[in-house]
Amino acid sequence: MAERTHDITLVVNGTVRRAAVPGRRLLSDCLRHDLGLTGTHVGCEHGVCGCCTVLLDGEPVRSCLTFAVTVDGREITTVEGLADGERMSPVQRAFAECHGLQCGFCTPGFLCTVTALLRDNPVPTDEEVLEGISGNLCRCTGYQNIVKAVHRAAEIMAEES
Amino acid sequence: MTTKLFGEPVRRREDPRLLTGRGRYLDDLGRDALAAAFVRSPHAHAVIRDIDVSAALDVDGLVAIYTWEDLPDRLAEPLPLLIPHPALTHGRTAYPLARERVRHVGEPVVMVVARDRYVAEDACALIRVDYELLKPVVGVEEAAQSAQLVHDDVPGNVGARMVQEVPSAGGLDVREVIEDAPHTLAFRLDIERSASTPLEGRGVYARWDADDSSLRVYSSTQTSTSVRMAVAAKLGLPLPKVEVIAPDVGGGFGVKIVHPWPEEVLVPWAAMLLNREVKWTEDRREHFVSSAHERAQVQFVRVGFDDEGRVLGLEVTILHDHGAYTPYGIIVPIITSTQLPGPYRLGAYRVEFSSIYTNTVQVTPYRGAGRPQAVFCMERTMDRIADHLGLDRTAVRAVNFIQPEEFPYDQGLIFQDGRPLIYDSGDYPESLRMLKELIGWDSFPAEKERAAAEGRRIGIGVGCYVEGTGVGPYEGGHVQVTSDGRVHVSTGLTSQGQGHETAFAQIAAAELGVPLERVSVVTGDTRRFGYAVGTFASRAAVMSGNAIALACRKVREKALRIAADALEADPRDLEITDGMVHVAGTPGAAIPLATVAVLSNPLRYAFDEEAARATQFAGAASFDRPPVPEGDEPGLEGRDYYSPIRSTFASGMHAAIVETDPLTAEIRILRYAVVHDCGNLINPMIVEGQIHGGVAQGVGGALYERMVYDGHGQLLNASFMDFLMPYATEVPHVETAHLETPSPLNPLGIKGAGEAGVIPVSAVIASAIEDAEGIPIDKMPISPSELFDLRRAAS
Repeated sequence: MAERTHDITLVVNGTVRRAAVPGRRLLSDCLRHDLGLTGTHVGCEHGVCGCCTVLLDGEPVRSCLTFAVTVDGREITTVEGLADGERMSPVQRAFAECHGLQCGFCTPGFLCTVTALLRDNPVPTDEEVLEGISGNLCRCTGYQNIVKAVHRAAEIMAEES
Repeated sequence: MTTKLFGEPVRRREDPRLLTGRGRYLDDLGRDALAAAFVRSPHAHAVIRDIDVSAALDVDGLVAIYTWEDLPDRLAEPLPLLIPHPALTHGRTAYPLARERVRHVGEPVVMVVARDRYVAEDACALIRVDYELLKPVVGVEEAAQSAQLVHDDVPGNVGARMVQEVPSAGGLDVREVIEDAPHTLAFRLDIERSASTPLEGRGVYARWDADDSSLRVYSSTQTSTSVRMAVAAKLGLPLPKVEVIAPDVGGGFGVKIVHPWPEEVLVPWAAMLLNREVKWTEDRREHFVSSAHERAQVQFVRVGFDDEGRVLGLEVTILHDHGAYTPYGIIVPIITSTQLPGPYRLGAYRVEFSSIYTNTVQVTPYRGAGRPQAVFCMERTMDRIADHLGLDRTAVRAVNFIQPEEFPYDQGLIFQDGRPLIYDSGDYPESLRMLKELIGWDSFPAEKERAAAEGRRIGIGVGCYVEGTGVGPYEGGHVQVTSDGRVHVSTGLTSQGQGHETAFAQIAAAELGVPLERVSVVTGDTRRFGYAVGTFASRAAVMSGNAIALACRKVREKALRIAADALEADPRDLEITDGMVHVAGTPGAAIPLATVAVLSNPLRYAFDEEAARATQFAGAASFDRPPVPEGDEPGLEGRDYYSPIRSTFASGMHAAIVETDPLTAEIRILRYAVVHDCGNLINPMIVEGQIHGGVAQGVGGALYERMVYDGHGQLLNASFMDFLMPYATEVPHVETAHLETPSPLNPLGIKGAGEAGVIPVSAVIASAIEDAEGIPIDKMPISPSELFDLRRAAS
């Protein structure tokens, strides 16, 4: 018997997108496989690594722990939506400048997390940065340059505001 | 070199793609592919009595179900034993799908192919496998003494036993030397299992082109060339009909060098059989129970030394747990046993290891590959000697160091590449001096006293290592300058985040004298370069870096020859700057490299304006010789290989200051310092990043990460919830200083840097905790509860 699907509408990176998904379809799979936005990565499928973090109505959520049907009608920002056209966002530029990524697999989750962090707290202390990114795993960088990148992104945002 | 790029912290060229969601990792490809999923054994040791798939057949979207009985010819045979060794007398490998017997939880038994992964897993859940349970063999000491066998035809569960011995200068064997030594110590050390755990697991995606009878396979692998050969052999396809590509890979750290994984041959086979694209993406639990682990060893140490702490004789006996199978041979214990002497001149040395089967996940190299265990053993020994004699721990190390004038230094051992273990260069006394200055070693006792006065416990630790890097047999590079002036570089080995696209472009741009932006680099794509070994053993920069440099030198020589003809100059007077070939000191006389590329390829047809300059009526041709002279080739391109006589040996020293909570036994790293010597640096920013990441993995291995097996062979913590990979909050800030002792073995004078950061961390942290607590630390990792128990036992 064919699986029942639900029609949902998401506003992803400012564009209205429609999909027919089974009730059990994860938001991460919906974004990646139904909508073709493969920038959102899946590292553990149990909400620990943070690779799949996207912004749901501006707030970071684990898309691997979210059913797509539960966010019908909501706004989602993925890594593909962070840049302003061809110009990378301050957070993206800071990660490049500070060598805040190596293999790049965890990076989209960090970028979404940090984008929300700096929006809410434009001048975070060291402690606040560590706390802010302490829900995202990275196996390559040892985090040192990610912490540096968060501070640098705050600087760039201040310079450009 | 006219363009200063080598040695500069150039920003990575990979980053814009990876930062904007345009990276292409394995699961990002093949959106319309069918999905494979596997029924894996829930038991550590069992006989398969029956497999009943009938309940799964009605699942909507099911395409196929395969068991071992369905596998043809060579696919039905055990997977290859990749690195045979005479000491591996009882090497055993798994079947792609289990045949009659399963030997660890997670072993694949049935492959299901379906419309998508959800449906494939639905079908897996409905397949019934009837197992007859056997007693599992868990724990390396239990396995070494057990009557229960992992493989019926492997007595004592011993896969390999190997001895290497270097007698004293006077010809005495180690045991005699230790007997006669003024001081002797004997003790035992333990290290638990950990694993690479890259954030992207393994994955395979295969496309069969029935019209062309060709197969394209994408794999998240550290060696696409060897996967290609394995797939062609297993599926009986001509090699030119198979291409394998490693796309963006989300970390490897060793686990992805193993190949072919069962899935790497099964998925392409299914794609051919079904004439459909098929993809399998490993999930996290699968990665924990069906890929590979490392580290676990028990070491028994006997050492004899003099009043100054000079090691006169060292004897180490190692029990190495290699899990259920040995696809990667005994490389890990070989590295442990041969890298154990580190930067020291040992009077006499004997090492013996037994590599033992257990009903657990197989053990293959994880970043460091046996060296963290080796360094733990040697450095714990140094600390014990210092403690026994009441000497400073760095003084004992210093008195044992090989001195700078002693290179090349032959340790008298045979290394993992089957070649003599001869250190090429290094400066260990200077490294130690730099490290002591960086961490403030000499002022620490006063600091410790001040802390004690405040009721705080702090301790300092140190650890030294030597790492054989850049092992052979070879890598190659191909460099082509096209008529638009672009430079296309390719090499066969693969990338998992090391920044090869940047570092190799720096080398090519510097060698050829072209702007960095003109250079593009492709790695791990057999369509571009078919001959390669792979990325492991901190070898990519050394091997492919030098191969690319040599290929560039060929291209440069040809470019100068052609340009000299065109400019009517002597090639020896020419240089290349910013992509222009010009007479040194005469700015006017110049020709773009792009034009040289046009002239290098005599044409009949003018496909564009530039090309017209190379056509047969464009003039300037000599009628005395053919358009392509004998021994020459059309095009401005070159290919070369670098094959070293032996490995080059990087080195380093780490120190840490830790604080232990007097009540809770919580362990906190206050400072972490690294002095690192990998010869000439191509890109210091990238090297530092490698060190940071390595140290973080080392901290995980020292304080948090372990694989917890119960007596039934169940891995109790097979998730990121329970296997504690460190977050940003657990990793200390790393202070680094570089020493650059060039390698005399290769043209660029470089040594490998990829694994270094992880190697001495457990030794360093143990040393520092011991200093803080005054209790011997001989087991790693160590948790607060374990430290708490040690305190209670000591009091």
